[in-house]
Amino acid sequence: MESLEQIRDRLRAYFPAAQVLIVTNPGVAAEHSLLVDAAHGRDIALFLRDDSALALDYCSNATGVDWPDKEITDSVKTAVPDPAGGAPKIIEQKTTRLQPGCLEAVYHLYSMKLRHGPVILRLRTANRSDQTTLPSLTPIWRSCDFQEREIYDLYGIIFEGHPDLRRLLMWEGFKDHPMRKDYVDPDDYEWEPTAHAQVLERAKAHFPAAPKPEVPKP
Amino acid sequence: MSDAVPTPVSAPATGAVAPQITDAEREELRRHGVLITYFEELYNWGRSNSIWPLQFGLACCAIEMIAAATARFDIARFGAEIFRPSPRQADLMIVSGTVTKKMAPQVVRLWNQMPEPKYCIAMGACAISGGPFKQGYNVLKGVDRFIPVDIYIPGCPPRPEALLNGLIELQKKIRGEHLTGPDGARFTRPEIPSEFPIPECGEHDLVPPKNNALWTPPPSAPRKA
Repeated sequence: MESLEQIRDRLRAYFPAAQVLIVTNPGVAAEHSLLVDAAHGRDIALFLRDDSALALDYCSNATGVDWPDKEITDSVKTAVPDPAGGAPKIIEQKTTRLQPGCLEAVYHLYSMKLRHGPVILRLRTANRSDQTTLPSLTPIWRSCDFQEREIYDLYGIIFEGHPDLRRLLMWEGFKDHPMRKDYVDPDDYEWEPTAHAQVLERAKAHFPAAPKPEVPKP
Repeated sequence: MSDAVPTPVSAPATGAVAPQITDAEREELRRHGVLITYFEELYNWGRSNSIWPLQFGLACCAIEMIAAATARFDIARFGAEIFRPSPRQADLMIVSGTVTKKMAPQVVRLWNQMPEPKYCIAMGACAISGGPFKQGYNVLKGVDRFIPVDIYIPGCPPRPEALLNGLIELQKKIRGEHLTGPDGARFTRPEIPSEFPIPECGEHDLVPPKNNALWTPPPSAPRKA
């Protein structure tokens, strides 16, 4: 199979307007992936499936990722020359910027015909609140059907062009998306001995500690 | 025999006349081919040996329940091999597995559709308390929040032997039930409810999240501050 860089270059040649980036995985697995802009997602997916050298005809897995807003601190070190002629002072300036969050759909593609893979494809929404639409890849890979429904259910990505976009695991009428990082689960905690500190902390509100026994004064 | 200390047979029901015969005498008669019993015992003996479970499974515990019905473990030895596909014909609901909040209304509805006398076995950690998913977003923290449970079988999942043991315990419970009187079984007393309100699937959780008449949180254990 072609390397991911070759695939990226071919995609850039075929779709000059599209943004195609490689997201590297620094881990041992080194499963790098292709990040594609949502507007060209459908066309690129179709290309990956129908190209004779790639023939990625099988989507084994589609999943979602939630990237919350993240505050990033950049530090810039500048050398200020000392007017007295001494060694230049190094001043460190710290600036914080907000990296906007997004929702992401990840597709793992294989070729049954040519027996290679995986090629990992990522699509990102514009933000996490109101622009959470991505093109559905179910018309291209039929196996995405339930998995995109699950992503819609748990992350709230709306897949345009999905033939039957309903919740899969939760019921109709459920308002939240439980796999999002900022999901607040129902507060029905109970006191019970448990090793989970977070659970203990939330259970405290329901079962306050027993009053301390008064120590008799001598 | 006359000098044996008379030990009365377990009283059948309050108000009924206790049989004027000892266990030892009964045993002696049985050896001679005379069977003396009373109606309640016979009735419960018959009931406890033909418990028809409802045929439904919710998760991996269901696989163990199915294994209990196979030749190796053979739940038919205890007369409970007829898994009924209809709640109208079932005596026993084996809640075998994780009850999700999406599934809970259907489980309560099935329970309501079962005719009395009916019994419930909560099989496995999930059915008892939510198990490993207790603090999850879509798992009911124990099926006893909505329907009354007679037998709890711990395990994750319990082995088929454990299910058979739970069934034997249920049989013991059925044999000890009374058919009349104020301490009679549930199905003999119309004031005890046999149907329970079905929760609705709300916007964030089940509405209500539990049946307060049936289940209350455990009393606050003395927790170290």
